[in-house]
Amino acid sequence: MAIIVGYVPTAEGAAALEGAIEEAKLRKQRLVVVNSSRGESLVDKRFASGSEWESVEHRLADSGVEHELTQLVDSKDAGDQILKLAHELNAELIVIGLRRRTPVGKLLLGSQAQTILLQADCPVLAVKP
Amino acid sequence: MNAFTELLNGFATAAHPTNLLYAFLGVLLGTAIGVLPGIGPAMTIALLLPLTYSLEPTQAFIMFAGIYYGGMYGGSTTSILLNTPGESASVVTAIEGNKMARRGRAAAALATAAIGSFVAGTIGTLGLALLAPAVVKLAIKMGAPDYFAVMVLAFIAVTTVLGSSKVRGLAALAIGLLIGLIGIDPTSGQQRLTLGIPELADGIDVVVVAVGLFAVGEALWIAAHLRRTPAEIIPVGAARMNREDWRRSWKPWLRGTVIGFPFGAIPAGGAEIPTFLSYVTEKKLTKHPEEFGKGAIEGVAGPEATNNASAAGGLVPLLTLGIPTTATAAVMLGAFQGYGIQPGPRLLQTQPELVWGLVASLFIGNAILLALNLPLAPMWAKLLRIPRPYLYAGILFFASIGAYAANLSTFDLWLLLVLGGLGFAMRRYGLPVVPAIIGIILGPTAEEQMRRALQISDGEVSGLYNTWFSKAVYVVILLVLVVPPLVGWIRNRRRPKDNDVLQHAEKTGD
Repeated sequence: MAIIVGYVPTAEGAAALEGAIEEAKLRKQRLVVVNSSRGESLVDKRFASGSEWESVEHRLADSGVEHELTQLVDSKDAGDQILKLAHELNAELIVIGLRRRTPVGKLLLGSQAQTILLQADCPVLAVKP
Repeated sequence: MNAFTELLNGFATAAHPTNLLYAFLGVLLGTAIGVLPGIGPAMTIALLLPLTYSLEPTQAFIMFAGIYYGGMYGGSTTSILLNTPGESASVVTAIEGNKMARRGRAAAALATAAIGSFVAGTIGTLGLALLAPAVVKLAIKMGAPDYFAVMVLAFIAVTTVLGSSKVRGLAALAIGLLIGLIGIDPTSGQQRLTLGIPELADGIDVVVVAVGLFAVGEALWIAAHLRRTPAEIIPVGAARMNREDWRRSWKPWLRGTVIGFPFGAIPAGGAEIPTFLSYVTEKKLTKHPEEFGKGAIEGVAGPEATNNASAAGGLVPLLTLGIPTTATAAVMLGAFQGYGIQPGPRLLQTQPELVWGLVASLFIGNAILLALNLPLAPMWAKLLRIPRPYLYAGILFFASIGAYAANLSTFDLWLLLVLGGLGFAMRRYGLPVVPAIIGIILGPTAEEQMRRALQISDGEVSGLYNTWFSKAVYVVILLVLVVPPLVGWIRNRRRPKDNDVLQHAEKTGD
């Protein structure tokens, strides 16, 4: 059993991380932080850089929660990645951050959050920054 | 002063609104593809070759030259911010430029690269305008053996100077020459290497070859190596320099120009050697030797000026002799041939409007590039976020349209696929693409000159080297074979750890 949080180096990602730490403390569960990229473009600002990833680690160490960090490059979308991991680890809870979306943005682009909300087998906590 | 009057006429041509628009489009596109690693000016011009069916030659070449220059500007942005050179000419820039950016001096590095490119590009273009008529005077006296010698020099230089392995370079050249032979022999009328396929009798269209080797080959290569950990890009605002930066930059700019222009003008294989020479020179002459290796501005200013000066220099042999020294120039030569214009000594007389309009538009393009690059560098860097599947799907789309449009035959599409496979195999086994493309485009012309020389001498081999000029060129060829290994030896001793950066850029093939 574990809590999984999808992390991106943005305000939404930070909010998700904070929410996840709170939950991990309450539930006394291990926290798994996931950050992934499809690795298709040369630069992906949603993929945490070395220093950003380190600060996440510091934050977790400070909080005293048992934790694990996973950063991966895979053909799967971040949403599918988190669902797969949740299934493997038999997760108790998934924590994600929600970002503001414009009507046109919703029309044109898919949403990783929506994938997770609709397809997860466990409860999902959606946090706004 | 004749050159200046001609140049002023050229400005009149270039200032025509339509031509200005094409110059602007060219530099815009050039900067964009310069920023993207793996997509160089040669590939872009190859993809745009089908435009030559409908555009006026002047407009097409103004745009192509803009792409050529723009690629040199854009390459530095990626080198500095990402430590991945966008172009092989920007490999050396990455050494100091990325270190500067890591120290928080990215804005100054981008500024010195852009302003240095402008200074060198302008001086280099002026050099082109002044030198071209002089070279033409010399070139008019050149006979078939002289031309053949110069072309052999171009082959040898491109083969041995570029790339890590001479054997691979020669193999690539041989592949190029072989593909160039396909078709009807112009002297005897016999079919060669056509394998009994009627479509091959006319030879393979240069569009199909260039697009297949560059675009399809690169797309397949990227598809095979798609997933990679995203690189870390250094955030930056608008490029600017302080007084100290100016003081330290202007001399390297001028020195870089002086080093780059002659290297571009002689067939010595592009910008890689002169940019490295410029880097070494700046390292020797600097008053801040302790900063080299940690981000010295001289190490960015010099090589960036050099690569633009050599781009300008590279147009001299292209326009006056019809001999390309880089892959981009080779594809441009292909475009000239597509129009039925043979670049050479008589080009300046038969097409003065084209040549001088082109030169003048280079001045204008340079100024536009400076205006585009100084404030907009961060915006260009955003191009790196484009997911590559979309990017290369677009490239393949254009490649197929271009290949089909060449003869409106599906046979060319199969040929494109085969050549794309060849391009992929060459990348896979480390064969440089540039010698192949130069072999394909220059090979038939070289053969024609060789056979003309041999016909004149009635089959005597001495007919190939019986003029003083051709003898001198063969001596230069010997030097080209001997000197670069020495340079390479010194380079390896000095900077063994930069080799992977260099090799990466060689694979991209520009």
